[in-house]
Amino acid sequence: MHNPQLNKHGELQHLLTIDGLPRDIITAILDTAAPFTEVAEREVKKLPLLRGKSIFNLFFENSTRTRTTFEIAAKRLSADVVNLNVSTSSTAKGESLLDTVDNLCAMQADMFVVRHAASGAPFLIAQHLLATGRDHIHVVNAGDGRHAHPTQGLLDMYTIRHYKRDFTNLTVAIVGDVLHSRVARSQISALTTLGVPEVRVIGPKTLLPTEVERMGVRVFHDIREGLKGVDVVMMLRLQNERMNGALLPTPQEYYKVWGLTAEKLALAKPDAIVMHPGPMNRGVEIDSSVADGTQAVILPQVTFGIAVRMAVMSMLAGQQGSNKQ
Amino acid sequence: MKIRITNGRLIDPANGLDDRRDLYLADGKIVATGQAPDGFSAERTIDAANLVVAPGLIDLAARLREPGFEYRATLESEMDAAMAGGVTSLAIPPDTDPALDEPGLVEMLCYRAKKLNRAHVYPVGALTIGLKGERLSEMAELVEAGCVAFSQANVPIVDNNVLMRALQYAATFDFRVWLQPLAPFLARTGVAHDGEVATRLGLPGIPVAAETIALYTYIQLARTTGARLHVTRLSSAAGLALVEQARVEGMDITCDVSINHLHLSDMDIGYFNSNCHLVPPLRSQRDRDALRQGLADGRINALCSDHTPVDDDGKLTPFSESEPGATGLELLLPLTLKWAQESGLPLVKALARVTSDAARIVGITKAGHLTPGARADLCLFDPAAHVTVSRDQLRSQGKNTPFLGMELPGRVHYTLVEGQVMHELS
Repeated sequence: MHNPQLNKHGELQHLLTIDGLPRDIITAILDTAAPFTEVAEREVKKLPLLRGKSIFNLFFENSTRTRTTFEIAAKRLSADVVNLNVSTSSTAKGESLLDTVDNLCAMQADMFVVRHAASGAPFLIAQHLLATGRDHIHVVNAGDGRHAHPTQGLLDMYTIRHYKRDFTNLTVAIVGDVLHSRVARSQISALTTLGVPEVRVIGPKTLLPTEVERMGVRVFHDIREGLKGVDVVMMLRLQNERMNGALLPTPQEYYKVWGLTAEKLALAKPDAIVMHPGPMNRGVEIDSSVADGTQAVILPQVTFGIAVRMAVMSMLAGQQGSNKQ
Repeated sequence: MKIRITNGRLIDPANGLDDRRDLYLADGKIVATGQAPDGFSAERTIDAANLVVAPGLIDLAARLREPGFEYRATLESEMDAAMAGGVTSLAIPPDTDPALDEPGLVEMLCYRAKKLNRAHVYPVGALTIGLKGERLSEMAELVEAGCVAFSQANVPIVDNNVLMRALQYAATFDFRVWLQPLAPFLARTGVAHDGEVATRLGLPGIPVAAETIALYTYIQLARTTGARLHVTRLSSAAGLALVEQARVEGMDITCDVSINHLHLSDMDIGYFNSNCHLVPPLRSQRDRDALRQGLADGRINALCSDHTPVDDDGKLTPFSESEPGATGLELLLPLTLKWAQESGLPLVKALARVTSDAARIVGITKAGHLTPGARADLCLFDPAAHVTVSRDQLRSQGKNTPFLGMELPGRVHYTLVEGQVMHELS
């Protein structure tokens, strides 16, 4: 099946998902991100790579953090950024997703950064741009439903590589609500593609999707079993609404059974790192002593996230990088 | 008008016939096969060389979208599609707007269809008012108005007490009840088969248990009430096994499958192809294989198009927000032929599932076969021709189907309804 995010030369045209993305493209993004981390430490935190380009942050679902990091990344590359919270504007007036896109295309957009509550929405946009001969406009998925959050997955890989250097000797555990998590799906795809020999998912049966093992992971329900000897612990956010719908009884019970405490973390390797995509629910999925502890790399994740998003945007639309137009 | 159809390969599944014979029509009926009746002089002769001459197809589920959804399709457009597809009898599900729950509505639909003078329509009445699963519809009156059975379309009854009463009431008159096995809560939020594909794509899943639990319920209630149950659109191997088991235990139960579920699986969703958003969901390849086998050996009684025209606005949205359904009337014959070819089934056996066997479920006796005296509803097609499914070529107002772009066998050259040529390939 044709992978709609690659152009006919096999280069990255859009970033929609990590699932099916070739390993060398993932590595190229991480390599491209590396020098961008230094930009943040300069006095003038700007590069001219996207000068004159218009990037639309098209957020159909509320988000402050992700939108802000995309905005910062784009501005550091000298792009013009327009933020649209569509959840509160057009669609509320009944405009369809593709009508919104068409209108923004008419404003000479070069790139859409899209977040949407429905899985696959960025694919629909990319397919629409292709069908209407406007596929010079790039689409970056900033999170679609439960499906994918590729830049989060990539920044997580950047973080792991930063601390662990090599992927091919790691055991990584992903803990929590995998069922509803686009982050977890992107992490699993990235880790398996990069050659991590053992990826574990840990959680109650209500929060692990059907046949998740077919994605190449080992399933654990007992967090103590699952954390034994791991190099990386990736925590997932637990949404409060999961208490509805009979998925979980209470946050208290969840914390007691699956919350990451210092005592449970001690079962992992002594140099294991702890990650979290944010925003954290302290005392639900993670204990404060762990979140603020020496093994946590949660704030570096945020910093690396900007560099990784700069890398993605510059590779898609920039004058430099591996993907010239 | 007297018509002689000559040089054709006559296939009449009801009579186990597959032979090169001429067919003679007069006054809208079949009058003879092989030898012309005494004194027959044809006013028109149709040369059917290289064509199969078969009974017109009978479709167990064709949504014509009237009343209520005329922006999606009209009787005219969908009747044209039926004619182009060689489908001459249509069972109409009750999920129109308003639902087919009033005798007047059903009479109107039958009247409109008759005036258009194309395919015969067989409305399936709403089992409950507004399909709400609360109050019984006027079944006796609805049958008088033309309904052939009762159903809830894809809207399951939540309250099993109401379902039991509805089955009891229908059984009082020996009316057939057609039910879609969908357990309301298990099926409510899902949009795809709960399996590897939905997991990868992050689509909310519908487990197979949504089908099997509903089937357990329906079978138990049909047994205790004595209702005649027809199960529509099976999607899973486990569902088929339950129907079989009920049969082994002596129950009179029939079932059908759609062209989509016969040929596709959840893998075909690919990258969120909303044309594959269907009710019930496309299930695994193993399920699909079981359905194909079941249809071949007759455990599944009939194949239908489950024709559901959806406009582009309904499909050009993210998968989970898209309207379920696909156009199918014009694909029923090609996909029957494709299945027959791939399964190595003789045509006479394959065509039975869309003619004589389907007729039995609807209760049609005058059509679906070529016995002299039968209605001259015919489909003449070239089984060797191949046609690529394209938006331009589809007559249906619904241009959305998972089969777009695929090359399928079979081209209809003539469709006759009651001895009149209603479609002729130019």
